[in-house]
Amino acid sequence: MSNSTVNSDSAEADAPAATPEDAHGHVAVDVTTLDAELIEGPSFATPDVAEYALWLGDDSLILAQQLGAWISRAPELEEDVALGNVALDLIGHARSLLHYAGTASDRTEDDLAYWRTEPDFRSLHLVEQPNGDFAHTIARQFIVAHYLFELYSRLRASADATLAAIAAKAVKEVDYHRDHSTQWVLRLAQGTDESRRRMITAFSDLWPYVEEVFRDDPLIDRLEGIAVRPSSLLPAFDAAIAPVLAEAELEVPCGFVASGGGRTGKHSEHLAFLLAEMQVLTRAHPGASW
Amino acid sequence: MTIADRTSEMREAVARPRPADAASLAAWAIAAQVVDPEIPVLTIEDLGVLRSVKVTDDAVGTHTVAVTLTPTYSGCPAMDAMRDDVLEALTSAGYENVSVRLVLSPAWTTDWMSEIGKNKLREYGIAAPTGHSTVRGSGPAGPIRLAMAVKCPRCSSLNTRELAHFGSTSCKSLYECRDCLEPFDYFKVL
Repeated sequence: MSNSTVNSDSAEADAPAATPEDAHGHVAVDVTTLDAELIEGPSFATPDVAEYALWLGDDSLILAQQLGAWISRAPELEEDVALGNVALDLIGHARSLLHYAGTASDRTEDDLAYWRTEPDFRSLHLVEQPNGDFAHTIARQFIVAHYLFELYSRLRASADATLAAIAAKAVKEVDYHRDHSTQWVLRLAQGTDESRRRMITAFSDLWPYVEEVFRDDPLIDRLEGIAVRPSSLLPAFDAAIAPVLAEAELEVPCGFVASGGGRTGKHSEHLAFLLAEMQVLTRAHPGASW
Repeated sequence: MTIADRTSEMREAVARPRPADAASLAAWAIAAQVVDPEIPVLTIEDLGVLRSVKVTDDAVGTHTVAVTLTPTYSGCPAMDAMRDDVLEALTSAGYENVSVRLVLSPAWTTDWMSEIGKNKLREYGIAAPTGHSTVRGSGPAGPIRLAMAVKCPRCSSLNTRELAHFGSTSCKSLYECRDCLEPFDYFKVL
């Protein structure tokens, strides 16, 4: 995630014997530099603020990793580009948030992204749900983009200047994501019988994970004025999606609610596989840059 | 001075906050020449990405320069290149202690793009953003829902359509002209 440098000449001389030339060519070991501060003046997160930044940063990171898998596999080239761009924005938000979270424990954004294991991730179960078919990805995207838009709109007024700055930047980008997923929900729901069937299936598969998004964990009570209370976003979220679902002639699915637990590190079976893929290169070549 | 002149002067002061002292202004002029690696006709000054340049001299005459940039999009990979290029430009101009930092606040907007920059964009074949960020109908910025046609940078036709919200870089969407039938990039309003 950090600045990439290619340093093939010095690799042989400097690299330890345990790092031979392999399928990736020479791998140079380089010092990873900490990213620049993101707002004016030094800012360090308190442990509670860091935990909150981790929640939001992990959601963006995991979702970005999922969307990246669509590149070259989307229904059309424009969609490869669109999902790739959405993922890139989310990576940007994740970098800012994880960088800030790391200031509380002297860890870099890369330490947090690549060197934590599953129970240390704080992401929602919704974002770790598999890509499924394109309708599943769009349903997940529709829910997340509308939630993030409401969240970042309010987080701009946070008493924490760094979180407010990250939110003010992110909200404008997430607005495009919201529009993109809305257009696809309408298209799939009203397109053909087959696309409609898939859109309905996707929403009923993913809706059980919506409840966790708006759940208030105890941390929120300790961050009054800094964090946004998730439950307070629900009315605006419902109001934003209702006209889209009405136009698409879809009903809000009702049924069981999934257990959740992502904020305390309890995850479904999907996250470990996702992390294995995301982290394998860094763990195989610790400290490498490319 | 008309109200319109006054408004554009105020907007310009926000978009390009040039330093007041001569030493900092000289360093600003050097940093301002760095271009966007993805759109090399635009300088970071044209974009409004260059936010501040401050030169301080210590007792032995060492020039220390502190530069701040703001990213266009959170994940824009061109930021790393721009940061390195500013560092390189100032270092080769003889400044010894150069630091370049990224700041997120206030968030960048296409409103900060200079008129000169917009003209250069069009000549380069990219349609410039139409209107201010308040035009974003569904956006947090404003309530204006009436979208204007995007003009084809090749034949100036207004008979164009959006092919995709997202384009070859974070900042662009993809359009096609229904008259000359060429596809083109549009630098979308943010």
